Amino acid sequence: MANSQSLATEEIQVPALAALPALSVRDLTVAYDRQPVLWSVDYVSPSSGLTAIVGPNGAGKSTFIKACLDLVPRLSGEVRFFGEPLRKRRRQVGYVPQRSSVDWQFPVTVLEVVAMGRYGFIGWCLPVSRRHRNAAMECLEKVGMADLAGRQIGQLSGGQQQRVFLARALAQEAQIYFMDEPFAGVDAATERAVIDVLKSLDDEGKTVICVHHDLQTVADYFSSVLMLNLTKIADGPVATTLTQENIARTYRGRVHDLNLRA
Amino acid sequence: MTWMEFMQVDFPALATAILAALICGVLGNFLVLRRQSLMGDAISHAVLPGIVVGFIVAGSRSTLPMMGGAVGAAVLAGVLIELVRRFGQIEPGAAMGVVFTVMFALGVVLLEQAAAHSVDLDADCVLYGQLEDILWFEASGWWSLFDREALSGLPRELTTLAVLALVTFALLGLFYKEIKITTFDAGLASALGIPAQAFHYGLILFVSLAAIASFEAVGSILVIAMLICPAATARLITDRYGAQLMLSGLFGVGSAVFGYVAAGFVPGWFGADWALSSSGMMAVVSGVFFGIALVAGPRYGVLATRVFRAAPVPRPETI
Repeated sequence: MANSQSLATEEIQVPALAALPALSVRDLTVAYDRQPVLWSVDYVSPSSGLTAIVGPNGAGKSTFIKACLDLVPRLSGEVRFFGEPLRKRRRQVGYVPQRSSVDWQFPVTVLEVVAMGRYGFIGWCLPVSRRHRNAAMECLEKVGMADLAGRQIGQLSGGQQQRVFLARALAQEAQIYFMDEPFAGVDAATERAVIDVLKSLDDEGKTVICVHHDLQTVADYFSSVLMLNLTKIADGPVATTLTQENIARTYRGRVHDLNLRA
Repeated sequence: MTWMEFMQVDFPALATAILAALICGVLGNFLVLRRQSLMGDAISHAVLPGIVVGFIVAGSRSTLPMMGGAVGAAVLAGVLIELVRRFGQIEPGAAMGVVFTVMFALGVVLLEQAAAHSVDLDADCVLYGQLEDILWFEASGWWSLFDREALSGLPRELTTLAVLALVTFALLGLFYKEIKITTFDAGLASALGIPAQAFHYGLILFVSLAAIASFEAVGSILVIAMLICPAATARLITDRYGAQLMLSGLFGVGSAVFGYVAAGFVPGWFGADWALSSSGMMAVVSGVFFGIALVAGPRYGVLATRVFRAAPVPRPETI
């Protein structure tokens, strides 16, 4: 890690991290207003490769990510990152939310948004130092956005906004990344940038879990898949898991069946 | 006008108005930027019964009981809004509207009762402010600002606002980065371990405190203008976060100064022997600032976008 001086304790833990699964979820159940949206999901992330979460609209894909990150309350279940609960592993967990989750009219510049990814490394109440601004700038370069660093975020195209979020996640220097539809509504240049970033994260041995809505491209970008529709339908390598049978089971209206049983 | 007259009459009123407008103007940013401007409306109305109950309990217009009452009322309003929303299954705006208008109505009923039994509190003062009543009798000139004895006689409203301003700006400075990220992206903030919810409630707390501390200056209704107009004006002028905070404070102070002068002195220049309501003029001036920015703002103004067709402003999808 780049800032290993200040994180000596974490360096000691690194060999142990490799042995434990980046993400393990046991019996995860989430409900909004007594309406279950995820039902008893068990999941362990693969030791290598990129993972796609697929399923129909309202299947609980984003909710799965948010529940793992403690952004929505869980009814039951346990989520562990490298064997520990989130509060002990926040520095290792990066997050790219859906683009629509923030107000793009907000008066901040591209660089300021990317620097927010560094906040986990900066102590409480301390300003963003030059070192962290430079690190943020490097991340912008990786997604080809360095020349727009001073722009207000509202003046970017949708694809450029997506790349800002991606750069911000890179700035977090995490070990496991959650991305909510990074390919949604992006232009060709951004699609390439997203793929490049995913590849380099994969090469560095990071775990990446993406909500992905396009079944056609799952096999192109990802090596593993988690198929969700209220419950876990299947998970494993794309080649053996993304079968016609599993797709049919995932995209059939199972929501109703389970509601009746619940 | 002599120095003594100015320091006894105009200085305390003007300083109170400036501090109230400064605190409200800057805090209002976080309502406007979180797209929760209606919250300012809700809070400033809902605190009224708390203010009156605080007054009845204490038997006088002392700060702490009324502050306590206002904060209690704000908390109660927050809980009620959440309950109405959850059990009534209606949209948040309607839940807010029901709760704050009913609480305000309750406040008005209590206020009329309290005012009938006391000379110290009247409806006009609470609703529209009473800047003209804030006087500093101990002052004999500008040098009184450095005279400990005279300073101890500063009006209570002014010292309350000064303390609140110090605390507010100290906290805003201390948590600058944390407040920025929780305002922009509460999800990421939470994921990083910054408690976005706690900051949200802290903000609501300080807006309530600002509303109550300012109500004697501008009244509990016009304080809404001070919370929303300066921030909305700044939003039309700058796309920088730091500049947004600075400008809204500046517009707040500007509204206070120009509003006070326009109310107190301008009619006299035209030979009239009456004065306008200063709190009313403050709100009017803040509206005029907004109007100017709306027409002539460099990027979002009507002239720039419609008439001169400057660089097109993308308005991407928002939540």
